[in-house]
Amino acid sequence: MAAIPLKNRHVLGWLMALPLSVVLLAFLIAPIAMIAVVSFWGATEFSIYPAFQFDNYEFLFGSPVTYKVFGATLKYALITWALTLAIGFTVAYFLAFHVRSLTMQIALFLVCTIPFWTSNIIRMISWIPFLGRNGIANQTLISWGVIDEPLEWLLYSDFSVILAFVHLYTLFMVVPIFNTMMRIDKSLLEAARDNGASGFQTLVHVILPLTKPGIMIGTIFVVTLVMGDFITVRFMSGSQRANVGRLISNDIALLQYPSAAATAVVLLCTVLIVIAILLRFVNIRKEL
Amino acid sequence: MAKPKVGYTRRSLLKAGGAAVAATTLPAPMLWAQDTKDIVLRQFGTGVSNLNDVAKKVKEDLGFTLEMTALDSDSVTQRAATQPDSFDIADIEYWICKKVWPTGNLQAMDTSKIANYDKIVGIFRSGKLTPDSEIAQGTAPHTVGFVDGPGGTSFADEETGWMTLIPTIYNADTLGIRPDLIGRPIESWTELLNPEFKGKASILDISSIGIMDMAMVCEAMGEIQYGDKGNMTRDEIDKTMAIFTEAKQNGQFRAFWKTFDESVNLMASGEVVIQSMWSPAITAVKSRGIPCVYQPLKEGYRSWGGGIGLSSSLSGMELDAAYDYINWYLSGWVGGYLMRQGYYSAVPETSKDFMTENEWGYWFEGKEATDVITSPTGDKLAEAGEIRDGGSFYDRMGSVACWNAVMDENQYMVRKWNEFIAA
Repeated sequence: MAAIPLKNRHVLGWLMALPLSVVLLAFLIAPIAMIAVVSFWGATEFSIYPAFQFDNYEFLFGSPVTYKVFGATLKYALITWALTLAIGFTVAYFLAFHVRSLTMQIALFLVCTIPFWTSNIIRMISWIPFLGRNGIANQTLISWGVIDEPLEWLLYSDFSVILAFVHLYTLFMVVPIFNTMMRIDKSLLEAARDNGASGFQTLVHVILPLTKPGIMIGTIFVVTLVMGDFITVRFMSGSQRANVGRLISNDIALLQYPSAAATAVVLLCTVLIVIAILLRFVNIRKEL
Repeated sequence: MAKPKVGYTRRSLLKAGGAAVAATTLPAPMLWAQDTKDIVLRQFGTGVSNLNDVAKKVKEDLGFTLEMTALDSDSVTQRAATQPDSFDIADIEYWICKKVWPTGNLQAMDTSKIANYDKIVGIFRSGKLTPDSEIAQGTAPHTVGFVDGPGGTSFADEETGWMTLIPTIYNADTLGIRPDLIGRPIESWTELLNPEFKGKASILDISSIGIMDMAMVCEAMGEIQYGDKGNMTRDEIDKTMAIFTEAKQNGQFRAFWKTFDESVNLMASGEVVIQSMWSPAITAVKSRGIPCVYQPLKEGYRSWGGGIGLSSSLSGMELDAAYDYINWYLSGWVGGYLMRQGYYSAVPETSKDFMTENEWGYWFEGKEATDVITSPTGDKLAEAGEIRDGGSFYDRMGSVACWNAVMDENQYMVRKWNEFIAA
């Protein structure tokens, strides 16, 4: 069995890398390549035909709707990111530094995951009766005398879309931040205190820099999830708003696969650029 | 012993075993009877007629298994056009047929094998409900209902004996309103864009149907005169979208809906007081005890029709079973079931046998209900003394202004629709 080539370290290395490479090639590279290829194809009412044309991209970049929708998508991503970061950081900070016992930390952390025991569609849709014109929120506010007329913007608006996003994705921020915070050496905090740093100074100069990788991982999660979403926007805006995901899903529904593929390629590039920019700030590999 | 499964109980095993023994000694007929039981036909279509009750009854009456998949109109089109091997029976609308037929995924049906063919309502054969009725705009079912022969790819102008779809279900659609929240009579499609209902109106986000509702509104407003609402020019599409985009930006619409239950929830929760709606959605709102009217409008109805098409890969025993299924479908039980929900059956006279006189009078003849009207699932839909919104079958189907359609400029329209949604 001990054949000669196996003695060669390089061949052995390649062989060990082979299974993963095959998996990645088959399930990641090949589908994306296929999407890229199809994006140059043409489509009729009910079929698609192979071609090499730029029609899909031409239409995409020529339509003002595209820019508007990409703008809206980035807007959702940015606002959701800011809110999930603020909430996620606070929750993680509380869990990591205020809760002293490990058992309690784990217990509270599990409590955070309880909403994830139901499907995210359910979590999202349950906002609808709550926020509706005659929903619980409006009825409560009216009975408290805060408002006279029901607030229309609570539902089927940017507000409700972002609310749902924040609700759905905050945990993706909490987990990585909590994880990095737990690995901060407590003696560093003591040293900061011994050197006379206030709580706020410790937070800004010690904890924040050390949790950057966690923040970055959470950011990547949230940004990609929000930018790739289509169903939350559809349900929470009552189909009144659009993001890129909806453009793609509309195209697919109408059998315009090449056009959908072109949009998907552009979206993929956008997301990759965003992530590349993010990675300029923090080297997450160093920290993992 | 394993848990008993549907169709695989100990009793059925014994029976199957017995039949297998019998089959080896008595060849052909028994074998056939046994095989019928093993036949599984996969049907998919929109939620309206993909009912589990139908599948259950098929098992009872015909012996074979019918697997149902319910999807929305877009997904139905997509599946019929791109995944021909994923179904045996396509329950689709006529405008979808126009789109899907050229792919060759469906096969024409021999009308001589359809027992009740002669009793099918005129709309699906000559196009005329009564000999002197006028044919409405749009994709009228008879225009895509026939092909020249078993392998025909283009539609024929008259009855040829080869049908693309066997009509099963159809209705005349209009706007649904909440009379309690509106408090005044609604008579015209123009009311959808009336600023009085700002933030309380909705239309459906299915482009091919939504555009027709839009056209009904724009025409009623006198803004646009269409050559054919079912086949608009680019200019007509642009103008229509411009009017609705403006309304959307002014906040006229609360939401758009895509599925049946969304439309029910919008209406029942009071988010919306006037919207495009489908008949059973009205029924669903009413069965919650909330007043809701399927308002007949002076400009007429937007109508749709659905039918059963057979996958081109069906052959042999499965094909025979499919014909049995079609004949059974038109024989009345399903018709009665659908008509008691407010739809119409392609062969109303057979359905009559499966309805009470009161139900027939209320749903079909537009007469006052003599007793409580209940849905097939037992919900109360109307009290004694009430009459159906819009009246009788001939009143309703006689005032159809246009049929759901797919246009020559469909791709352009779809892009414009996407812009409208994003606007």
